[in-house]
Formats: sequence, C-alpha cells, structure tokens
Amino acid sequence: MTTEPLPTARPTPFDPPVELAEYREHDPIRRMVYPDGHVGWLVTSHSLARKMLSDQRFSARSEFKRAPVARPSADPFFGAPALPGWLVDMDAPEHTRLRLQLAGKFTARRMKDMRPLLERIVDDQLTAMAEHGKPADLVSLFALPVPSLAICELLGVPYRDRAAFQRNSATLFSLEASAEEASRAMDELYGLMRELAKERDGNSAGLLSMLAADGTLDAEEIAGIGVLLLTAGHESTAGSLGLSTFTLLSHPDHLERLRSDPGLIDNAVEELLRYLTIFHFGVPRTPLQDVEFEGHLLRAGESITISLPAANRDPSWFADPDRLDFERKTAGHMAFGYGIHQCLGQNLVRMEMRVALPAIFRRFPGLALAVPPEEVPLKTNVSVYGVHELMVTW
Amino acid sequence: MRIEIDSERCIGSGQCAMTVPEVFDQDDLAGKVVLLDDRPDAAFDDPVHEAASRCPVGAIRAY
Repeated sequence: MTTEPLPTARPTPFDPPVELAEYREHDPIRRMVYPDGHVGWLVTSHSLARKMLSDQRFSARSEFKRAPVARPSADPFFGAPALPGWLVDMDAPEHTRLRLQLAGKFTARRMKDMRPLLERIVDDQLTAMAEHGKPADLVSLFALPVPSLAICELLGVPYRDRAAFQRNSATLFSLEASAEEASRAMDELYGLMRELAKERDGNSAGLLSMLAADGTLDAEEIAGIGVLLLTAGHESTAGSLGLSTFTLLSHPDHLERLRSDPGLIDNAVEELLRYLTIFHFGVPRTPLQDVEFEGHLLRAGESITISLPAANRDPSWFADPDRLDFERKTAGHMAFGYGIHQCLGQNLVRMEMRVALPAIFRRFPGLALAVPPEEVPLKTNVSVYGVHELMVTW
Repeated sequence: MRIEIDSERCIGSGQCAMTVPEVFDQDDLAGKVVLLDDRPDAAFDDPVHEAASRCPVGAIRAY
C-alpha cells in the first residue's frame, strides 16, 4: 500500500473527497504523508474519531501540530507552544482551567438570550444588502459582518472600536492581504483586546470585562482568549452561512420544505453542519508516548489527522450519509469536533444560523445565484471551507 | 428513566441544556451541568437519550 497525502479534491462543492469513503471502509486508520514528508496517520471512521478525541493520551498541544496540507500561509502557531489563553493548543489541566472559566459565560441559556440581538444584527445587514442593490455578494455584505458583529457584542467591543475591529478582522481573513498586513491587523486586534481586558469596572456586560472582573485569568490570557474567539468564530461562522445559503439555493426542494415547515430549522441547521463539515482538513492530535490503538502502534510524536468530514459521512452512524435530509437524526455529528476541545462557541453558531438562514429567504423570497453554480469560488485550499464570494440576485 | 451525571467529566459544553432545558441546566460559574430532574417523565426519554449522545465527554448516563 502506498502512503497517500490527505485527499482534498472534491467531486462537488458539497461533498468531501471520494477517497475518504474508500479509506473509511477499508482502513479507517491508515498511514498518511504530510507536506513536510512526515508519515503520520489519518482517521476516517466515526467510531475511531470519537474514540481518539476522547482519549487524553492524544495531545492537542500546538508544538506538536503539523499542517496536513500545504497552504499558502501555514498556521503560524503550529510548531510553537500555546500562546497565553489559547486553550485549543493545550491539554488538561491547563486547558481545563481556561475552559471552565469560559464555559460559564457560554451556557445554552446565555446563547439563547442573545437571540433578539442576533435578530437585530441580521436584520440590519439584510437591509444593507437590499440598499446595496442586486447583484450583491452575500459573503461580504452578510455572512462576514453578521458573525463579526455578534462577536463584538459577545466580547463587549465598544461602538467606537467596532470599525477598527471589523477592518482588522477582514484583513486577517483576506486572501489578498500580505503577510505584513495580516500581522499588523493581528497586532492591532491584540492591542484592542488588551484594552478590553483591563476594563474591570463591571459596567460592560462583555465577556472580556467579565473575565477581568472574575480576577482568575491574567490580562494576557484574556486578550489571547479574545483573539482566539475571534479567529475561531468569525471565518467559520461566515463560511457556514455562505456555504449553507449556496447549498439551499442548489437544493430547491429542501428550501421549499424549510419554507413550508419553519419548525424544521433547528434540525436543518444540524444537518447542514453535518453535511458540509467546514473544518474539512479535520483536527490534529499527537501521542506524547507510544500508544497501542486499534491494533496499530502509534509512536510518540507522530501526527494524526482526524477527518471530521469522513466521520460525518460514516454510514455506520448516519443512514444514507451522502443525502441531505433535514428530517434525519443528527445527534452525534462531529462538525464541532468531540471531546474536551469540542467547539466552545457551538451554541452561538447554532443561534446565528437558526436566525440568519430563514431571515435571508424571508427578506428575499426570490433569492437566486447571479452566476452559474460552477463559477462560485470555493475555499478549497484553506482550513475553513466555504465560498469566497456568493453573487446573488432577487 | 433515571439519569446520572458526572460533574468531574463535564466541560460545560451545554449540549444537554440546549437539547432538553426542562431536565438539564448549567451553573453560571463553570457552565457545569445541573440536573433539574433525575427521574423525568417518560415523555422526555427520547430527548434525554439524545442529550446523552450529544455530550462530548460522555458525562450523562440515562437508563
């Protein structure tokens, strides 16, 4: 058996590479070659993915992480120890201390309470899109600003700083920005977060000043958390909104079903998350010691890629997994990962999608692509999948 | 049906409270699961099993 790299070529914009299904069926854990020549492992089945992500012997520490595909700008944090506050790059007990501090601020109740605010943000951006006139790019006018404004509200970014916040986050996620521009935007965002982390007067209901008032975390950790939540939450939510809209426009029967039964939206959102799985290169783990796992010896330091799209299309968990079905049982999907690192902001993403998707089609009942579907530019080469641009008319 | 929770394992992801708010809540300090009813009505059997299967750390046992 030759050792292959992570497959990345998609048969359609909505389906993962076909090789993943073949690997999952024949060898759900197999060797995989990384762009730097390292030979590690690729996990593709739902059961092994779950097992591995709940096994603390597999570390999430960033100093052992390695990019699974060659990217124009490799993740600058791979290969270096976690920055203060960056819990995604830590193991227990460091991770646990930060996670529990944050989880109390991200409860299901608090996220549900954000609904009226999200409705207002969504409404304002749809108005801006209508005023822009058709055709319009739904990504830059809607999918990107909605999560950015939601994160501003969550973190407590004051109005005076929002323009700078949005400008810098747009630069950070722009393909056109040079490395220097991106790094300057990152510095400015860190500066802004450091200011917010100093506000402990309790006047602001924002997350960062609440964390500051708690007094458990230091200012650099709080600023790091702010930047982490922005980088983890902005592009991914934008990707989900843009790609989900593209999916609905390409599946008119599903859209019609959703229009005739608005109560389906919660499960439809779960199904879109499962079906599209935008963290399409999966999540990295590394054993810190040699580990026997499912009959294989995984050596200390070997990189492992756990393919979330493959797990989410596993027929042993989801019947007829390649079919988009708003009425299926979606429990157990891994779009947000699994285990102690499962996405902290997932309930916020859910609320944003539940509010935003029906609102788009209510405001623009005749929404349609303004270009042929094959001309929609796809984010195939970056770690968060989605559409670069979605030109629509109505 | 009976429910047992493991607060040590819980990381406060809120999947249970999102799925069945009648049975599960979270504390505001660390987001840990708060069991509102350890013997809920049979009408909650399905959603409680679903909540248990959504828990990312297996902290809910329903039987």
